[in-house]
Amino acid sequence: MEPILAPESIDLIALAPVIVLSVFAMMVLIVDLFGGRNKTLLVFISLVGLLMTAISAFAKNPIPAYSFNDSYIVDHLSLFFICIFTISSALAILLSVEYNEREGIRAGEYYALILFCTVGMILLASSTDMIMIFLGIEIVSICLYVLAGIRRGNLASNEAALKYFLLGAFATGFLLYGMTLVYGSTGSTNLFEIADFVKNPEAQSNPLLLMGLVLLIIGFGFKVASVPFHMWAPDVYQGAPTPVTAFMAVGPKAAAFAAFFRVFAEAFPEMAPSWEVLLSSIAVLSMFFGNLGAIMQTNIKRMLAFSSISHAGYILMAVIAKNSLGASSLLFYMLAYAFTTFGIFGIVILLGRKGEENLEIENYSGLAYKHPIIALSMTVFLLSLAGLPPFAGFIAKFYIFSAAVQEGLITLVIIAVLNSAISFYYYLKVVVFMYMKEPEAEFRISLTPLTLFVVFVGVIATVSLGIFPGSIIALASH
Amino acid sequence: MLEETVPLSHYLMLSATLFVIGVAGVLIRRNVIVVFMSIEIMLNAVNISLISFDHYMNLSNGQIFSFMVMCVAAAEVSVGLAIIIAMHRNKPTVNLDDFNLLKW
Repeated sequence: MEPILAPESIDLIALAPVIVLSVFAMMVLIVDLFGGRNKTLLVFISLVGLLMTAISAFAKNPIPAYSFNDSYIVDHLSLFFICIFTISSALAILLSVEYNEREGIRAGEYYALILFCTVGMILLASSTDMIMIFLGIEIVSICLYVLAGIRRGNLASNEAALKYFLLGAFATGFLLYGMTLVYGSTGSTNLFEIADFVKNPEAQSNPLLLMGLVLLIIGFGFKVASVPFHMWAPDVYQGAPTPVTAFMAVGPKAAAFAAFFRVFAEAFPEMAPSWEVLLSSIAVLSMFFGNLGAIMQTNIKRMLAFSSISHAGYILMAVIAKNSLGASSLLFYMLAYAFTTFGIFGIVILLGRKGEENLEIENYSGLAYKHPIIALSMTVFLLSLAGLPPFAGFIAKFYIFSAAVQEGLITLVIIAVLNSAISFYYYLKVVVFMYMKEPEAEFRISLTPLTLFVVFVGVIATVSLGIFPGSIIALASH
Repeated sequence: MLEETVPLSHYLMLSATLFVIGVAGVLIRRNVIVVFMSIEIMLNAVNISLISFDHYMNLSNGQIFSFMVMCVAAAEVSVGLAIIIAMHRNKPTVNLDDFNLLKW
């Protein structure tokens, strides 16, 4: 009997991170069956799984390597993204442990879902075929719907899950229709073949293709929460458990941007004149309405949601720039944003107690008098988000702006810089509350070690990425 | 033959009409289950396009794609219904306007 060999176009080594992580996620599910109420082992397995995934991502050499008939690619972009994903998922899991214990979330599948979601993100960042991109987006989304509603008894969590689910599925419909029209007008689902096809100027004016592009922008716009498709974000961010919110704000968003970049910068660079205007206006609207919305919020999670909408606007500029500098600035921005966001949400978790989450900005009044180090860390994160040197956020923004300037998008950059200035208002508002107001009530901060560790990692990374960005930029700009 | 009687554009029109019906359903109706059904109509409208493109252009990717869409739709249904049931246990209503705890 002949051994069954995989066809040569199927290269499983290239797929190693996906396979390794899926195996670990299933292991978490199985161990959960026998593990009883103690979830420490699950956390340990998940973290080991993420570490193994990051290592196995480098198994394929030389890169770029293709697999599955060119529908899966291993290149610098996807490798860097896999690192961002594993780091952010690991931080999310570390944040979750004590939070889940405090809030009574005893579901072992929580960790498995985070791992499966990470599998989807890796697929999304490595796909060069629309079918795979669709599957990746859905794996990520379905896991997130469940994670947002993981507190089954909590009405806010239910509501967040329901809204996220309905709007997410609605957006999927648009994305899918867009993909279908692109497929129908180009005759292929593969991004490289589409890129070849649209080199022909006659093909570019096909109304079906243009319609498909608009629908793709709507679909991706929903997934990255950009204005005017952002209305789900504040509600979902507020209602979901805080570690899930942090996870959602970083990993899946980065993955959606990776796919966004691949589709528009790699498959349709020739058609840039037709989509550039649309994406630019979405970027401007996101920055503007994100910042405006954030100014009016009193709830810190909602404020951070609006701030993440405005950041989506900045990041979109990297997609519009569509050059290699755009790709590397996208990577650096996501990395900087990941550490800062996890740090900030770590502090939000520290300030809460069981049944009383202290999510109003007023609850931060006078924090600096009682817990100066935590207030200082919070200030570092907020200033980094606002884009003040010497923190990571500044370098990241600077890098994205220079990518846009290189493409001649001067107006867009000016608008972005003005918006950065607006954003100082609401970031500094929290700092003012912390340093210049009297404490309202007794702080009963639960200084739990793992959450503190995440905050510590966040501070170190935010400062060091800001002061010594050289090596990471060199890595990102291959 | 099918090609001689019904041109591709008719299938695309059917698909577009169904898609718009689905979108309108999501935007207008307030019942969670009906909104959910409208989303399914949108996905199936896309399937019609995929299959008809394949048939008229002698391609095969779209058929695989439509299978994937069906699988994903099934997964989405199971998760979506679970969320609706979990919600219903805490608040026995299926009207979307009643879910106003978070500012919509």
